[in-house]
Amino acid sequence: MQITAPKFKENATKALHDASLQKALGNVERGFVAKRAKAAAALPEFDALRDAARDIKNHTLENLDLYLEAYEEKVTAAGGHVHWASTAKDARDAILDICKTANARTVTKGKSMITEEIGLNDHLEKNGIHPIETDLGEYIIQLRGETPSHIIAPAVHVNKEEIEADFRRVHTHLPKDRQITEPTALLSEARVVLRQEYFNADVGITGANFLIAETGSSIIVTNEGNGDLTQTLPRVHIVVASIEKVVPTLEDVSTILRVLARSATGQDMSVYTTLSTGPKRPEDPDGPDEYHVILLDNGRSSMLGTEFQDMLRCIRCGACMNHCPVYHAVGGHAYGSVYPGPMGAVLTPKLWGIDQSGHLPNASTFCGRCESVCPMRIPLPKMMRHWRERAFEAHQEPAAQRYGLSLWAFLAKRPKLYHLATGIAARGMAMLGGSKRRLSSLPLAGGWTKHRDLPAPEPKTFLQQWAEGKR
Amino acid sequence: MTSAPPRRPKVGLFVTCLVDLMRPAVGFAAARLLSNNGCDLVVPPEQTCCGQPAFNSGDREDTRAIAEQVIATFEGFDYVVVPSGSCAAMMKVHYPELFAAGSNWRARAEAFSAKVFELVSFLTDVLKIEALDARFPASATYHDSCSGLRELGIHDQPRRLLAGIDGLSLTEMKDPDVCCGFGGTFCVKYSDISNAIVERKAANITASGADTVLAGDLGCLLNMAGKLKRDGSAIKARHVAEVLAGMADTPAIGEG
Repeated sequence: MQITAPKFKENATKALHDASLQKALGNVERGFVAKRAKAAAALPEFDALRDAARDIKNHTLENLDLYLEAYEEKVTAAGGHVHWASTAKDARDAILDICKTANARTVTKGKSMITEEIGLNDHLEKNGIHPIETDLGEYIIQLRGETPSHIIAPAVHVNKEEIEADFRRVHTHLPKDRQITEPTALLSEARVVLRQEYFNADVGITGANFLIAETGSSIIVTNEGNGDLTQTLPRVHIVVASIEKVVPTLEDVSTILRVLARSATGQDMSVYTTLSTGPKRPEDPDGPDEYHVILLDNGRSSMLGTEFQDMLRCIRCGACMNHCPVYHAVGGHAYGSVYPGPMGAVLTPKLWGIDQSGHLPNASTFCGRCESVCPMRIPLPKMMRHWRERAFEAHQEPAAQRYGLSLWAFLAKRPKLYHLATGIAARGMAMLGGSKRRLSSLPLAGGWTKHRDLPAPEPKTFLQQWAEGKR
Repeated sequence: MTSAPPRRPKVGLFVTCLVDLMRPAVGFAAARLLSNNGCDLVVPPEQTCCGQPAFNSGDREDTRAIAEQVIATFEGFDYVVVPSGSCAAMMKVHYPELFAAGSNWRARAEAFSAKVFELVSFLTDVLKIEALDARFPASATYHDSCSGLRELGIHDQPRRLLAGIDGLSLTEMKDPDVCCGFGGTFCVKYSDISNAIVERKAANITASGADTVLAGDLGCLLNMAGKLKRDGSAIKARHVAEVLAGMADTPAIGEG
């Protein structure tokens, strides 16, 4: 995808003025937050499960090479193939290769953020292969030529009226006078259209929520069942997953699954939890003839052993963005990256460089709500702060900001000078505030006074008054 | 840390740079609350700021230098009390992280961190105060400031003390625990987004029907008061310490 993270501010301002987007964003807040809270409250051991899930993933990351090797061995033993991809290009090439060997013309896809990350759809299309998204949300945004604005609800920014218009524009073979104003009617129509595509497809591509070292299985969770049809009907199934998706055992996965759906949608479990282990065996009634796994690194291994390692625990539930006031205000597209919200603010600079994505870890109030709901207890604000440190060391912020900060720090380290300066500032601002005791404009504080008044201070600071004996 | 305090504990008051410059009344209220409740209070004149702006801007070197200065100034007290959840969390949670494990400064920072408390939680959790003798005839709603709430677990303490204030009725707003959009430098650097967030907060405050919004952090209060005033609202904004100290008869934040 095209990374527009450098234009985050412009994107955000545009989003704030987009009435239809603002209406749609209300759904994130109203829907997901209350549902997660209810699901968490209904499970007394929820927090203990979060700790257990965190520990499982920490242990796995400490021994990632061993578990990946064990996983590969099991996949191979089950008759599947593992393809290691260091970069997005490696992954795209490997997938295209498999598709070409299979003479594929149509490829169905289960929802997969990792294929968004590697820009797979464009690549397939350029090479004459038609990818069809089968997750309803992904299907809608594919029709619109857009990218997901949320990692579990890719079309959360679209209203149902817009979807109706898109369906009428694209599904021209259907009667013009059909009624598709209701969500269920839209769903039925998409289901009918997609059903044919499942049969047409030569290759099915899915992501993986987890890879299990113990058995060589991949797991996808969906609410629509589209993943199952994607991976069982075509001749070839390709799983695309990043290396940190591996967990040691089935038992471990069952622990993490218990926090995943609750955190994401407030469900106890997703409607479908599908395990795939290798291609169809002789006694199986159905399934693919070939089973491939693309294991993508794309910068993940370079996070190991650094201050960003904890991010690799992420299970992509989206709870952080569902609870983020900044995400609520601007939506996912404003971030201009594949992964939006707090988790994206940490992951994106790793994928595309902090020089491209410096805004993302900065555009947070550090309110900490993301960390408080993260099922894997990832300290997201702390890691955003680490990115700010990297950006600061690289002198990335605007000069005025940097000088302002260093002047302030210079004073803060010198109490006498500091108090001289605050004394002058208090007197000055008190004077400007006049009898109304507030400022509606102030030099150098335009960011504040554009939207808010600034309550004026008293002419003397607290420390001045205290020194003079006022109590 | 919550064991009984020494008789007349020696308490250093860290007033925070925003209180010092923008709202001295909060400093006086904090001082009165501590003095009237058995503390031997000192306000060290060498104090400046806790270093949060540098910390959150990624400037670790300056943050460390400021932290060392704060620790050196305050480590001799039994307790260090701060009328701000955000600055208290900076000193209590983040100072130790600034120094290498095993270093001398790490040890000093950890010992210091154990003595740091946010004002309201110090009153309830350390001094074990259940009720304060003050009057404030108003209907108020309480905004949970993010750092105090999530880094220090301050939620019930202010509500409990406010419930005992004569004449005060407390009404909860919708989403009291959602950020007001202040976020330190965020509100200036991402002004439009900050505005969208504080607009929602102002709407929730207004919808609560309360005539006053209270909070424990001046940053959030300046933000909320600034927005309410810009919109021409009559709702007043005050630091919770002013109410608890019985010093809420002065003009509210941003009023003449």
